[in-house]
Amino acid sequence: MDTEHILEMRGITKKFPGVVALSDVNLAVRRGEIHAICGENGAGKSTLMKVLSGIYPHGSYEGDIVLDGEVQEFRGVRDSERRGIVIIHQELALSPYLSIAENIFLGNERVERGVIDWNRTNAEAAKLLARVGLDERPDTKIVDIGVGKQQLVEIAKALSKEVRLLILDEPTAALNDEDSAHLLGLIRDLKAEGITSIIISHKLNEIEAIADTTTIIRDGRTIESMPMHGAEPVTEERIIRGMVGRSLDNRFPEHTPTIGDEVLRIEDWTVHHPVDQTRRVVDGANLTIRRGEIVGLAGLMGAGRTELAMSVFGRSYGSNISGRLYKDGKEIHANTVQQAIAHGIAYATEDRKRFGLNLIDTIERNVSASALNKLARLGVVDRRGEGRVAERYRREMNIKAPSVASVVGKLSGGNQQKVVLSKWIYADPDVLILDEPTRGIDVGAKYEIYTIINRLADAGKGVLVISSELPELLGICDRIYALSQGRVTGEVARAEASQERLMQYMTMDKDGIAR
Amino acid sequence: MSTRTEVNISSPTPPDLPRQSIGQRLQGLGGNARQYGIFGALIVIVLLFQVLTDGKLLLANNVAALFQQNAYVMILAIGMVMVIVAGHIDLSVGSVVAFVGGVVAVSMRDFDLSWPVAVLLGIAIGGVVGAWQGFWVAYVGIPAFIVTLAGMLVFRGLALVVVGETVAGLPSSFIAISKGSLPNVLGFASNMDVVTLLIGALAVAAIVISQLRARASLRKHDLHVEAAGLFVAKLALIAVGIGILTVILSFSAGGTPIVLVVVGVLVVAYSFLMGRTVFGRHIYAIGGNRLAAGLSGVNTRRVDFWIFVNMGLLAGVAAIVTTARAGAAIAAAGQNFELDAIAACFIGGAAVTGGIGRISGAIIGALIMGVLNMGLSIMSVDPAWQMAIKGLVLLLAVAFDLLNKRRAGTQ
Repeated sequence: MDTEHILEMRGITKKFPGVVALSDVNLAVRRGEIHAICGENGAGKSTLMKVLSGIYPHGSYEGDIVLDGEVQEFRGVRDSERRGIVIIHQELALSPYLSIAENIFLGNERVERGVIDWNRTNAEAAKLLARVGLDERPDTKIVDIGVGKQQLVEIAKALSKEVRLLILDEPTAALNDEDSAHLLGLIRDLKAEGITSIIISHKLNEIEAIADTTTIIRDGRTIESMPMHGAEPVTEERIIRGMVGRSLDNRFPEHTPTIGDEVLRIEDWTVHHPVDQTRRVVDGANLTIRRGEIVGLAGLMGAGRTELAMSVFGRSYGSNISGRLYKDGKEIHANTVQQAIAHGIAYATEDRKRFGLNLIDTIERNVSASALNKLARLGVVDRRGEGRVAERYRREMNIKAPSVASVVGKLSGGNQQKVVLSKWIYADPDVLILDEPTRGIDVGAKYEIYTIINRLADAGKGVLVISSELPELLGICDRIYALSQGRVTGEVARAEASQERLMQYMTMDKDGIAR
Repeated sequence: MSTRTEVNISSPTPPDLPRQSIGQRLQGLGGNARQYGIFGALIVIVLLFQVLTDGKLLLANNVAALFQQNAYVMILAIGMVMVIVAGHIDLSVGSVVAFVGGVVAVSMRDFDLSWPVAVLLGIAIGGVVGAWQGFWVAYVGIPAFIVTLAGMLVFRGLALVVVGETVAGLPSSFIAISKGSLPNVLGFASNMDVVTLLIGALAVAAIVISQLRARASLRKHDLHVEAAGLFVAKLALIAVGIGILTVILSFSAGGTPIVLVVVGVLVVAYSFLMGRTVFGRHIYAIGGNRLAAGLSGVNTRRVDFWIFVNMGLLAGVAAIVTTARAGAAIAAAGQNFELDAIAACFIGGAAVTGGIGRISGAIIGALIMGVLNMGLSIMSVDPAWQMAIKGLVLLLAVAFDLLNKRRAGTQ
């Protein structure tokens, strides 16, 4: 039996139709250590953990999972939990109206002849809560405690399953500093008790502080695995270099911008979370977009990029929004989506299936959706005109579909994205905010989307591109803002921008100090 | 391929390969094919009962009665299909019918309002009731199921307050709305009411001309048109259907029932509203994806509000038709009307999840229920069994639809 390593993942390859998410990934976790996994959004970290925990069952991937020297064939989460592997996802999986104790033993109830033994449930829950340092009664409902405490309940739940290998996916992403510190302390305490942890985090300062080993994953491959306390201590810069170190090839069309006057200025923009109204999701952000300019917005998951964009777009996200918007130098008020559109602002969503398209309807009706009044007289839609418009965009944008009467839900991701873009281009805005415009679409279609974005800029529109892919921002933007924890932490012109520099801004804490 | 699957965005989305199958080519026809299917089902049911009742189903007076008896379902189904397409439901229409019917009857009997004024008053009160419910749904954000469940109790209670038990003794010209027919001003041609024949001929001509013009226009703009053979077959089927109906009705005691004209006008007007206007388009957009519609600039609250106002107005019309047919306002009127209307919509192909449904489908759904009712009654089937049979038909219709979609999805 391999006594040094509790877990080895050997040559893991995971393919989705058309995409290789993981390619020959190796991971070796030593017994009793805290092992950090770093990588950009979409690098494959979460996919790897889903393979490990059995969410992607044995047979759906290639390679071996070796636990305590034995090859495992997990067919589901229950199998991996039986062997002591527990994963805590970024989005917590607690049932809000059940109590802490009920949640801890959900699916694992303390029963006496088929009947739940509440005294035992609550007593055991209280013991677990003491172990994780959570000072709440076991019968408190989950909705009544904050996210930080909920995270501790998740860990208590993991302990109740006799966890030996705890996986935490972005555990501190939604926590404040105090809760984060407590959580990290707890992970150290668990280490002292002999529990091994794998932690996925974007917060490099936390990794530097807590991890024994760091593995870097990029583009679905293991790049390197380094001991943090070796002869040469690992710095944040070192990790960043590993995370972004790839070369740019010719994936972007050539473009020479013609930049004009300022078209949109956002000043001191602050947005609070719609439910937790004390949490600032966007914090005093300032940014400007000029005509003919493609501006990038970089940030890690949870930095507040989408929240910033949607709150500007007719306050379609957030509560208690403050700040000022200037369009062509004049202050405007866009309190509803209709007003935002009337002021010439468009927002193409990152989640086209949920927020962008009516999937059960046709291309033509989706294209016309934002500007139907342009096609209507006295409230009656000119359907021939609508067909002509849609047909024009089908040709111009090269939407691959048999006709404009095709149902949008049956198109590929790239073609659906072109329908979303057609919709907003037809609405003829002055500013287009494109949120992850190339998410989930293949390389060829990406190139086409970049070309369309360049055309829009050349037509004198201001374009704001939000993207998790730094090479994409570096490849198409004239100027890039970095967002971290709701604050604009940096602004760089294309000539001076590099992935390392952006990543530094993106991982700054909210006081602007590099972590 | 289910179009409503939740997408897990944290994992890489596999890009679908663009594959243009014949099924996709026929996509433009998809909605229509579904309509042909349900229309075919209606014809099969009619023919079935025609045989089972030894030809009594399609006797002239029975056909006239079919429309008179079921006018209320058709009128309510028009409003209900709009509510359902938008992703809501309205459980209160039966109670609203009783309440409005009571007000109309009392206004004529106790306040001596002339019948046309009473009719307008009834429709207006229906609109106010709709605005009340629309306010709670659209602007307060209470689910329509709850709001209209409350409305069901509230307006049934108010109906009892207004009516007591029964308000009878209504003017004969009011009662004629439901029981009367268009006057025979043009005489008879070999026992056939000429007015009825004329209306039928006009209807056929109007449909043929409008379809031909629409097709010519599509051609001219180089847009997708259905195959010529299919088009001619469709027109011929419509013409023959209306022709047969016209001839049968022209032999009936009164000719064309007035309610049939009312329903006909409403169907044409609302089909136009749903199919051709911005408002109709917004209803489909909201039902298909409420969040996307909102982010496309559709004022979803305002649309929701007006959908309920409209439902109230149509419930007012249904109240007048119902009260006129009974010749009196009864506090217990309109029992289960909401269920009839909802069933008609779902039999007619409306989707429970919203976004899909047509006025024509709902009308055909109402007719299927009506023919079942009448056929089973002629065969003297126990009303208890009638109810059970109708329930099974609803279940099977929706199950059939679902299986069809699932099969299409696995191709």
